[in-house]
Amino acid sequence: MDDYLAGFTELFSRYDVVGAFWVNIQLTFWAGLIALAVGTLLALMRISPVASLRLTGTSYVTIFRNTPLTIIITFMVLVVWTQLTVTLAPDFNANFFWLAVVGLAVYHAAFVCEAIRSGVNTVPVGQAEAARAIGLPFLAAARLVILPQAFRGSVAPLGNTLIALLKNSTVAAAGSVATETASTMKVMIEFSPNHLYAIFFIFAMGYVILVIPIGLATTWLSDRLAVKR
Amino acid sequence: MTSVLFDAPGPRARRNILVGNVLGAVAALALIAWILSVLHTKGQLDSRLWIAALDARAWQHYYLPGLINTLRAAAFATVGAVAFGILFGMGRLSHNVVVRALSGVVVEFFRAVPVLLMMIFLWLLFSRQMPWIEDRPFTAVVIALVLYNGSVIAELVRSGVRNLPRGQGEAGLAIGLDRGQVLRSVQLPQALVAMLPALVSQLVVVLKDSALGQIITYPELLRAAQVLASGEQNPMQTLTVAAVVFILLNYGLSVLAQWLSRSLSSRTSGRTAAGAGIGNPLAAPVAPAAR
Repeated sequence: MDDYLAGFTELFSRYDVVGAFWVNIQLTFWAGLIALAVGTLLALMRISPVASLRLTGTSYVTIFRNTPLTIIITFMVLVVWTQLTVTLAPDFNANFFWLAVVGLAVYHAAFVCEAIRSGVNTVPVGQAEAARAIGLPFLAAARLVILPQAFRGSVAPLGNTLIALLKNSTVAAAGSVATETASTMKVMIEFSPNHLYAIFFIFAMGYVILVIPIGLATTWLSDRLAVKR
Repeated sequence: MTSVLFDAPGPRARRNILVGNVLGAVAALALIAWILSVLHTKGQLDSRLWIAALDARAWQHYYLPGLINTLRAAAFATVGAVAFGILFGMGRLSHNVVVRALSGVVVEFFRAVPVLLMMIFLWLLFSRQMPWIEDRPFTAVVIALVLYNGSVIAELVRSGVRNLPRGQGEAGLAIGLDRGQVLRSVQLPQALVAMLPALVSQLVVVLKDSALGQIITYPELLRAAQVLASGEQNPMQTLTVAAVVFILLNYGLSVLAQWLSRSLSSRTSGRTAAGAGIGNPLAAPVAPAAR
């Protein structure tokens, strides 16, 4: 038992588990920020009355929502970096990090778009009709009546997308980001196979601890903000 | 154009929309032209690369065997996930506190753990401690997908039953069924019909996540595309082909889910919304009925 514990302590002094989670949180943060910007733009395009913008937005969402994230991340490394020689950072490892961020952002932007759009869809047509009936012009109706309700309605699906993004940030392993959790766990198990269950359990609990508060916060915010109908 | 934001356009709005339409189309075409010109200068539009990625040999020896493995893993995972989901969904609805709590812990745990982490763990576990398992990458892919998607389906079952009108369960009790019989013969059948669209959307998630098998050496479609590319030096072309195959399959499933969502709504007293295709399918708010 003492040997087991000693081996365990040595394992955790040798590998930086907290640092691995920090890499995933950073991947999630940057990819989430870009995905939010691109996804909002796509949502605006998809709800606009301009057919060419709608078609562009719909094509983007259909293509990237239905492509496996693993293919997108692999594409970033094998094609965007190797074949097209696009470099996002001078440092070798930072370059893989940013390639993974772009891959994650491209994929999740499609889901952010759909989350925002589903928020707009929770607003009943009667709200818009009432806004026009009291004489509000387009921008005022959008700003004062429709968009506030739409954002409240999209809290739950946006939180859901954020949780998925955090878990999906492990797919950066397919993009040579060697310091994130999935790769770190693999190396640790290979280095110390007799601690296999304990190592997996610690990484799994790390995600449980990160994911469940986001889920609770989303539900709480969404219950607080969403318009009761 | 039925949008809550926009009223029927008048003559001036119609002119503005036309201008926007032309500008938008020009911008989109310019973007596509720019991408094609970059690809051209990098030599990626070379017909040799595309032919090597699309000829009969590529399909026969790489994509089709890969696709069969992808579909095989997805099929096994779907059957297992539905069984797991119904079992644990019923567990979460149980009137026994211990059963309910245990099912809750299992479902919440597997929903929170990334599928890739699970897959790598199972693969290493099988190769180190269970070498008698024959196809270890395949088994790891299938079990990881069953545990995650089964937990998602368990939540679908639970919310499907919860969203049924109270009268359904009460009517069952009134005619003398016990709680277990009400669940099995009144509530579950309706909940299963109601969750069918979300279940089909979950198939999209299963198919996409099966590509994670590539990381643990499972020879599925993405891996086949990569192996082909390493011989021909055309990863852009082969990955594009693999992506297009996935997009067509998943788009077909999404269309089916939308169609089921409309056509089944009269068959059940539950809600029949399709899933988001990512994470928790229950997170999408339900659109008002009058649309």
